[in-house]
Amino acid sequence: MSVPPGTDGGGTTTLVVRVENKAGVLARVAGLFARRGFNIESLAVAPTDDERFSRLTIVVGVDAAPMEQVVKQLDKLVNVVEIRELNPSASVERELMMVTVQADPAIRGQILDLVRIFQATVLNVGYDEIMVSLTGSPSRVDDFEDLLRPYGIVDVQRTGKVALPKLTKTAPDPLAP
Amino acid sequence: MNMNGGQALMKALENEGVDILFGLPGGAILPVYDPLIDSSIRHVLVRHEQGAGHMAEGYAHATGRPGVAMVTSGPAATNIVTPLCDAYMDSIPMVVVTGQVPYAAIGTDAFQECDTTGITMSVTKHNYLVTEAADIPQVIHDAFHIATTGRPGPVLVDIPKDIVDPNNPRSAMEWYTPDSHDLPGYRPNRAGDAELIRQAAKLICEAERPVIYSGGGILKARAAEALLELAELTGIPVVTTLMNRGGFPDDHPLCLGMPGMHGNYTAVTAMQESDLLIALGARFDDRVTGKVAEFAPLAKIIHVDIDSAELGKVRRPDVAIQGDCRLVIEDLITALGELGGNEAQPDRNPWRSRISGWQERFPLTYEQSKDDELLKPQYVLEQLRDATPEDTIVASGVGQHQMWTSQYWKFNHPYTWVNSGGLGTMGFAIPAAIGAKAGRPDRMVWAVDGDGCFQMTAQELVTAATEGFPIKVALINNAYLGMVRQWQEMFYEERYSEVYLTRDVPDYKLWAEALGCVGLRVESPEEVGPAIAQANEIDDQPVVVEFRCEAGENVFPMVPAGMSNSDVVVDPSQQDRPR
Repeated sequence: MSVPPGTDGGGTTTLVVRVENKAGVLARVAGLFARRGFNIESLAVAPTDDERFSRLTIVVGVDAAPMEQVVKQLDKLVNVVEIRELNPSASVERELMMVTVQADPAIRGQILDLVRIFQATVLNVGYDEIMVSLTGSPSRVDDFEDLLRPYGIVDVQRTGKVALPKLTKTAPDPLAP
Repeated sequence: MNMNGGQALMKALENEGVDILFGLPGGAILPVYDPLIDSSIRHVLVRHEQGAGHMAEGYAHATGRPGVAMVTSGPAATNIVTPLCDAYMDSIPMVVVTGQVPYAAIGTDAFQECDTTGITMSVTKHNYLVTEAADIPQVIHDAFHIATTGRPGPVLVDIPKDIVDPNNPRSAMEWYTPDSHDLPGYRPNRAGDAELIRQAAKLICEAERPVIYSGGGILKARAAEALLELAELTGIPVVTTLMNRGGFPDDHPLCLGMPGMHGNYTAVTAMQESDLLIALGARFDDRVTGKVAEFAPLAKIIHVDIDSAELGKVRRPDVAIQGDCRLVIEDLITALGELGGNEAQPDRNPWRSRISGWQERFPLTYEQSKDDELLKPQYVLEQLRDATPEDTIVASGVGQHQMWTSQYWKFNHPYTWVNSGGLGTMGFAIPAAIGAKAGRPDRMVWAVDGDGCFQMTAQELVTAATEGFPIKVALINNAYLGMVRQWQEMFYEERYSEVYLTRDVPDYKLWAEALGCVGLRVESPEEVGPAIAQANEIDDQPVVVEFRCEAGENVFPMVPAGMSNSDVVVDPSQQDRPR
C-alpha cells in the first residue's frame, strides 16, 4: 500500500509551511491544530533566505486523512503562503539535540566512546557531568538518546526536525520535448 | 498630505465606498469619532455593539456590499464577537473596526483592554492589529479586499488609540492611496477547471433523477440568473437551502423549496432519492443532510464551491470544482451546450411525476385556529406574505418563527431574505432588518421575530426610531422559547424545562411605544389583515405588531437530529399517506 505524502505510515504527518514573517502568524497556525484537538509533536520555526517569510516544520501525530481538512484550512490563512506535505522517504530530515549526561570521571570514557561512534560533539565538561550535541536524522538522534539514558540524562533539548525534499537523481533527457 | 491616523482611517473608509457606519463610541476609539464629524460617511448610533455588528450584516445581506461597524475596545469588542462569528459562519462580507488601548499599554491589563485579535482569530476570515499610523490606509484597503473576495467573510481591524490620537506624535502620517495588495498568501481562485466542468456536464447528461442543491454561494456570487438559466436549460429541479432562499424563485415550476431538518417533504425526499446532486455554493450542513451516512445514498455528487476546504469536507464528491458559482455555472451551461444542450438530457418525465406526486401528497400544512384558540403563526405569515409587496425584505431571528417564515414566504427575488443560518443567533432579526433598511431604503423591510429573540435585541428599535429606519416587526408571541419547547415535547417526554417566557410580561405593545415605535396587538384571525395593512401604511416610524400565537404549534416536517432524511416526520394530518 502506498503511503500518502507527508505521512510515515506510523501515524504522524510532516508539514513544511511557508508563512509571512509577521507577528501572530504562529498563533494562527497553532490555533488551527488546537481547535481540532491535534497535538503538535514538534515545531521548528526560522526565517527563510527571504526575510519576508518564515518556514515552519510541523510534525503532527495524525494520519493523512484527518489532516486533509486541516491542511485546507491552513491554506486559507491569509498569512500562509505555501504548504508542502513531506514524505519521510522522499526527504532529508535533520534534528539537533543538546544533552547533559551524568558522567563521573570513572565512566566519562564510556560516554566519550558513544560520542565518537555517533560523531557527536562535546560542548562542555563539568566535574561529574558532560554536555554533548548531535545533529542527525531523528531516528539516529533517538538511538543516541536511548544509549545515553542509562547513564542518567540531566537535561535534554531537541529542536524538532527540519526537512527538505530529496533532490532528483537522474539528469533530464536532453531529447525530451 | 499630512494628517493623523484618525483622519486617515475615515479617508480610507471613504475611499472604499463606505456610505454608512454602524457604531458606538468609547474611550479607545474616541479620536476617530472627531474626524467622523467632517466625513461624508453616515454614522448610525446603536444601543449595543452587537446591534452594530448585525446591522452591518443585514446591510451586506441586502446590498451585497460589505457592512461596516466601528466600536471601542474591551467590552465593545467582546460584544461584537457574536456578529463576527455569525458573519463568519454565513460568509457575510463585513469590516469591523475596534479601538484598542495605546500600543505601549497593550498587555498591561489597561482599562478596557482585551486581546481583541486573539479572541476573534477563529471567528474572522482575517484580522489585523495595526501598530503604526502609516499602515492604516493599506490595512483598510487589504481588509475590504479580503472581506469581499473569494469566500466572503468578516475582517477585523484593531486600532490602538495612540496612532489615531492627534495629541500623540505617533498618529502623525503622510497620506497615500494604496493601489495594490501585498498578500502573497491570499490568491482567491475564481474560474473553475474546464476539464472538470466538462466531466460535470457529462454526469448531468447521464442523470435520470438529478437535483440542483443550491446554497448561499449562489447569492454571494450574484449567480441567481445563471442558476435560473441552468435549471431551465436542463429541466432539473432546484432546492434552495436556508441561505439561498430567494436565489431561485419559489414560484418557478422547477423550485422544490427548502430542504433539511424543517424543509418540505418534496425537497428532502427528492434529494434523498436522487442519482445526482449538483451542489452549487452549498456545504452539506448537518441541518441539510441529516445523518450523513444515509444522506442521498444513491447520488453521485458534483460539488462547486469557491472554498476548496468545503470540497469533500462532509461528502466525497465525484466531481469537485473550485470556483466562483456564477463563472462555473456559466461555463457549465456552455459545456452542456456543446454536448447538445436540452436535446442531450435524458427523459426525466418519470422523475418529474414522482416529484409532483410528493408535492400533491405532502404540501406544507397546518390546522387553522379553532374558535377559542389564539393565532396560528403559519396563518400570520401567510397573511403577511400576501399583504406585502413581492420584493419586501424579510429578516428573521432564530427558532420556530424562522423556519415558518422560510417555509411559508414566497421568495421570488434574490437578497430579500436575511437570516442567521449557520450560527443560529437569536436576536438577529431587529438589528439585521435595520441594516437591510439602511442599505435598501426603497424597500419595505419586515422583521419576523419570536418573543425570545425580541427580548435579546429590542433596544435597537430605539436606533430605528431615532435614526429614521421605519422597519416593521411581526412579533410571533407564543410565550415560549418555541423551538426548544418543541424538542422537549418530542424528545424529552414533554418534560418542559425553562422554556416558558410568560405571555404578558413584558407588555410588548407598551414596550414598543416606549422604544419610539407604533405598537399594535393582534389576538384573533380577523384582526390580522387590518393590523398588517395599518403597519404597512406607516412609513415614518418603526412598527411592532404583536401577534399572540398558540404556544403548542410545532414546525413540520421535521427530521429529528441525527436521523436519516428518509425518516422525515410529516404533519400529523399527513402521517397515513403513502410515501
